[in-house]
Amino acid sequence: MLDLFSNFITRAVTVGALVSLCAALLGAILVLKRYSMIGDGLSHVGFGAIAIGAAANLTPIYFALPMVVISAFVLLKMSSNSKMSGDSAIAIISSSSLAIGITVCSVTGMNSDLNSYLFGSILATSKSDAVFAIILSVIIIGCFFLFYNKIFAVTFDEDFSKATGVRTNAYNMLIAVLTALTIVIGMRIMGTLLISALIIFPSLTSMRIFRSFRSVIISSVVVSLFCFFAGMMISFSFDTPTGATVVLVNLALFIVFWVVSKVLKR
Amino acid sequence: MKLIEVNSVTMGYEGVPVITDLSFSITKGDYLCIVGENGSGKTTLMKGILGLNSPLKGEIVYNEIDKNQIGYLPQKKNIQSDFPASVMEVVLSGCVNRKGHIFHNKADKELALKNLSMVKMENMKKRSFSQLSGGQQQRVLLARALCATEKLILLDEPVTGLDPLATVDMYNLIKEINKLGITVIMVTHDINSAVRQASHILHISSNSNFFGTAHQYIHSDIGKDFLLTECPCDVCAHSHKKEGE
Repeated sequence: MLDLFSNFITRAVTVGALVSLCAALLGAILVLKRYSMIGDGLSHVGFGAIAIGAAANLTPIYFALPMVVISAFVLLKMSSNSKMSGDSAIAIISSSSLAIGITVCSVTGMNSDLNSYLFGSILATSKSDAVFAIILSVIIIGCFFLFYNKIFAVTFDEDFSKATGVRTNAYNMLIAVLTALTIVIGMRIMGTLLISALIIFPSLTSMRIFRSFRSVIISSVVVSLFCFFAGMMISFSFDTPTGATVVLVNLALFIVFWVVSKVLKR
Repeated sequence: MKLIEVNSVTMGYEGVPVITDLSFSITKGDYLCIVGENGSGKTTLMKGILGLNSPLKGEIVYNEIDKNQIGYLPQKKNIQSDFPASVMEVVLSGCVNRKGHIFHNKADKELALKNLSMVKMENMKKRSFSQLSGGQQQRVLLARALCATEKLILLDEPVTGLDPLATVDMYNLIKEINKLGITVIMVTHDINSAVRQASHILHISSNSNFFGTAHQYIHSDIGKDFLLTECPCDVCAHSHKKEGE
């Protein structure tokens, strides 16, 4: 299997498809829980962490992983804290992380890498990154299916779930950690500024037309994989940046679904 | 058999008490309505009974009932109006607190269908929850609450925002559920229906609290003030109609 990964395109496609799958699964939950900004904030934290990791000569992804997971906990705590509203907390953390990342890149003379960190690079996935991404994806997908019913209950009505004895805080943490993992494995290909689009677009697109939770999840997975492969092919054919192309395909499909929903009047 | 005992409980938000020194108990099979003015702490008390908030002082004791045996019908504003979920998905989510399995099994599905037919929504199980009318949504949420319990159900203003017909339907359903032996605790603004429906009334107010049977409440001073009517009997000495005649 490792031989297969010697080709950078195979690596990128494998990792990209897995990230698209994970992002689609989590996206619906994040959007419905009004957590989409947490995904955005975490990707910015990921950028700061990758820059610091690279400057300190650590393997960036191994350094970014714990940082992003910790930030996920902090953001979740701050969101549930009534004294400061969730979005202002996220705005502070995400812009600060971005500033730290840019400063570190500039001071250590990594300006040439800046572009690839921010907007993604198809060449950036190393062999070990790919293996790491596969392991994390299996964990994310496994957790999602194992806890699907509880996650639905907590997302639909947290008060009811808590009142009837579901440990809602634990499941909110689980959702935040799975999001953090998805972002860490996806941000090198998609770029830290674009990865959150991969999370929110497929589910928002699916919600135009589908009206049950399960159908939204299934549709999100299909939409996400379709957009990734289509974006990948367009990007190779016309030499456009991969991450941005995938996002643009997502936007196009969103508009198509929106128009269809208007025509169907649903 | 006391199901829940509330012993001199003080509850409030961020250390500021809303309810002070409240004591009452609920017996198996009771139908208790909690009434009171806005801001008197009805919902706060309900959250205390559910274990969502803990009392500042005093204790709430549960006998023969676990936390995961309580059914709950929250105020509907908690739920997003555009949430993509089918009726069946919503009702099944009432089963997630059942121990011992991760996925919904056949028994869960049968229970969900049984409760859907109880609230007369079984032919809507594939419909989208967000596209139902307010009364229909409330009945689906009642079915979900029934999936979570066989003993005790708490209802937080279940008829608020419903039209008169849907309100009558809802009250009949709650009465039916109570007749099955499920203890009912309901927070409501609808005081006149409360005294007709409930076996017991708890009136919380900043001045004084009342706890007793619905019959006692009608004859009490606090009840008369709140119901805006004189009690209909000839027994009470305070009946000034008689004096006037």
